[in-house]
Amino acid sequence: MSDITTAGAVASGGAKKISRINEVVIRIAGNSQDGIQAIGGFLARLAGRSEQEVMTFMTIPSTISGGPSIFQVRIGSGEVLTAGDDADVLLCFYQHSYEGHINSLKKKGIVLYDADHVTPKPEWQSDYHHVGIPISSLTVEAIGGTAKDKGKNIYALGLIAKMFDLNVPKLEKLLGERFTGKDPSILNNALAAFHAGYANSPGNVVETFQITDSQKKGVHQVVMNGNEAIAYGLIAAGVRFGAAYPITPWTDIMEILRRELPKYGGSFIQCEDEIASVSMALGASFAGRVAVTGSSGPGIALKTEAIGWAVMAEMPLVVINVQRGGPSTGMPTNIEQSDLNIAINGGHGDSPRVVLAPANVEDCFYMAIEAVNIARRYSTPVFFLTDQGIATRIEAFPQPDLEKVCQDITPDFTPVATHKPYDLAAKDGVTQHVKPGTRILDGKYPIATGLEHDEYGHPSGSPKVHMLQNAKRRKKLQALGATLPLPKLYGPSEGHVLLVGWGSTEGPIREAVDRFRAAGDSVSAIHLRHVNPLPNGLENIFSGFHHILVVEMNDEGLYGYGQLGAVLRARYTDAKIQGVNKTDGLTWKVKEIVELVKAKARK
Amino acid sequence: MSQTLSEKPITALAPEIAPGARPGLTRKEIVADHPTWCPGCGDFSVLALYFKLIEKRKLWHEKITTISGIGCSSRFPYFVQAHGAHFIHGRALPFASGVSLSRPDLHVFAFSGDGDAFSIGGNHFTHTARKNIKMTLVVMDNQVYGLTKKQTSPTSPLGFKSKTDIWGAVDYPINPAKQAIAVGATFVARTSASNPNHVLATMEAAMDHEGFSFVHCLSECVEFYEGAFDSANPRKGGVFNEVPKSHDVTDEMAAYKLASADFPGNFGVLYKINKPTKNAKEAEINASFQSKFTGLKDWQILQKTFDRMK
Repeated sequence: MSDITTAGAVASGGAKKISRINEVVIRIAGNSQDGIQAIGGFLARLAGRSEQEVMTFMTIPSTISGGPSIFQVRIGSGEVLTAGDDADVLLCFYQHSYEGHINSLKKKGIVLYDADHVTPKPEWQSDYHHVGIPISSLTVEAIGGTAKDKGKNIYALGLIAKMFDLNVPKLEKLLGERFTGKDPSILNNALAAFHAGYANSPGNVVETFQITDSQKKGVHQVVMNGNEAIAYGLIAAGVRFGAAYPITPWTDIMEILRRELPKYGGSFIQCEDEIASVSMALGASFAGRVAVTGSSGPGIALKTEAIGWAVMAEMPLVVINVQRGGPSTGMPTNIEQSDLNIAINGGHGDSPRVVLAPANVEDCFYMAIEAVNIARRYSTPVFFLTDQGIATRIEAFPQPDLEKVCQDITPDFTPVATHKPYDLAAKDGVTQHVKPGTRILDGKYPIATGLEHDEYGHPSGSPKVHMLQNAKRRKKLQALGATLPLPKLYGPSEGHVLLVGWGSTEGPIREAVDRFRAAGDSVSAIHLRHVNPLPNGLENIFSGFHHILVVEMNDEGLYGYGQLGAVLRARYTDAKIQGVNKTDGLTWKVKEIVELVKAKARK
Repeated sequence: MSQTLSEKPITALAPEIAPGARPGLTRKEIVADHPTWCPGCGDFSVLALYFKLIEKRKLWHEKITTISGIGCSSRFPYFVQAHGAHFIHGRALPFASGVSLSRPDLHVFAFSGDGDAFSIGGNHFTHTARKNIKMTLVVMDNQVYGLTKKQTSPTSPLGFKSKTDIWGAVDYPINPAKQAIAVGATFVARTSASNPNHVLATMEAAMDHEGFSFVHCLSECVEFYEGAFDSANPRKGGVFNEVPKSHDVTDEMAAYKLASADFPGNFGVLYKINKPTKNAKEAEINASFQSKFTGLKDWQILQKTFDRMK
């Protein structure tokens, strides 16, 4: 954790003091149009370029315009697993930002407020170190003009840069890149605001912090959020066609793909509705190469019938589901992991499908490639479950070796002698389709179909055929399961408690394990990235622990287990498996996990 | 799984075959399963004429994709020896759009019925037409739900007695041709399964249209709505009124008026205009983007993007 609050203090007599710290958590609170995400973005990018670890967290209102919004960034020279429970510095632009977020600041932390809008409370003066600066009026003074409030975010960035002795030339370069191509006066104004903030050293900012040098020197990093990582992962995987309908928080991905795919000769189509988009993607998969569709919440529900067709017709497809709070319209801009059930079971009939869940932003990139390759290899729909948290969270990770990673999946149209798309003799039930355009020399052409079918895809009502084809569709996923690696244990392989997580919660769960172990408690964790099918052999890991606690951001359900918890209970029939759940729409705080685990493991 | 990267366009096309390099297909080579339709169904005629079209135009198995949704009409792909897909109810058009937009080398035919195209799939009919996605849609309209055995369809006339309207249909029916013109289809024609030569000529004109071509084909259900189209069949005492020679097919208002005529109305091409297809527009967008990256491999294009994310 950060040393800021323990660094002591304000030096007497106003003498400047420099403290070296390993990491810092800065929370910026304002309204959604204040550009606070831009400040956070600049800080995250700067950290990425300085080979530091970084993670961000943001909330956005689901209103059309305006409303309170926050951006939290944690920068560290060591490993950063979460965006931080509590902030070292709270930068607040309004009274509501100040009053609403003071509780997220550590005791003795620094509250940096816009004195034009915030009146500090006397009762909080002793708990927090208050620094008031008339940010709004000083910004207007610096860059003039009538543009109300514009530029104050960049002014505040200057203040932060000074406070943390950040690399000014690198920040100037970032500003230059951000405002490139626009009217040069915009960049000049931004730089003026930045330097005005940087030069402002009022008497009460008496301390400067320096983040120690990174432990991973020489690593070239890229900085992006989860949605970007997925979009670029799909491009690297060779996906060149997609179709979707806009819905929060999925929309960014379709916007990126619509903009980027034409560079590679591909297309992303905005459709009239969710059903049309999954159907169009399936048409493109049928026609040549695996395509992508995606959505969030209600949009996924609308796609389920067509995904059932993909299971039956054995058509490859990648379905990105950026989960949000449900059911129904639910909480569109909040975080939840409540779509595991629909991903695994959301279809009528027996319709087994693959479900993957990346653990962090870097994983979004590489797992998107894995999703495409599983869809191709096993000719099956693959659900890719992320959530609103990972979608908007910015992380830095080592730049992928794109020459090695990028793949060409152009279909092969070499004529074949004969073709059974649903060959029951195929090893492990794994078959692939030949694509339209391929000549089949025996003159028997296949039909991709949603009816139960014989080996050529022609309708069959035979009970035996239905049994055999159901088994084929099941066996190929079992074969995939046998190839999946067991998750690595975080901590020793025996102990009191094993935490089991999936998806975006890996960071806070690991940090909770660190805290437990630091306090002498015997707690380990595993994180499942392949959720359906599960890797084989989890029971051997479970056997080393007294309590298996499944940590999920979903409801504890009618019977006391969250969605993954219920799957693991059904699979392993092990009474040690219990749920640790919450549905407040926010990412896990480490202390929340610690408290809930303590309560459960005591029983 | 990494493979060598090529600089080929992503919409990889199957190799072109020089005309005359192979003989055209015979009917025997095109026929697949025996149709499961009831004896006397109008759809037999449409299928036979689709085979004729393939023969006449020397289309090859691998160059045709036959796509359908759900309904009696939508069993079509199983009866044709070619690549095909039997998709879900109402969604043949977006599926076919995915094929069309990613494979300009294929002839994309979608076969549908009145329930599939105008009821459950109504939204897709509108948007596929307005986007002018290149394909041919043949709707075999029998004015009744046949596969589920006689319920009211969106084209059932007022008063038609079905199992869901035992007192006679009360909802105003859709006029498919009017609807197609109104939503921006660039080729709208009407024909009837009882007039084979007319069906073939209409399908051929539709196939040759550069854009979304819609053929509204009356096709009688002898089981559940016998005699529905007698008024359009001269052999049953009706009249088969062809679109007047004087009609200007590019005149939208004139086409709309012709389409509005009382049943059985006019047969032939009602409306045909040339507008750039979505296929062409997307290709144009791609060409303009790709021209900025000439000579670069895909990974190098992505690298340029990543260089800005540092």
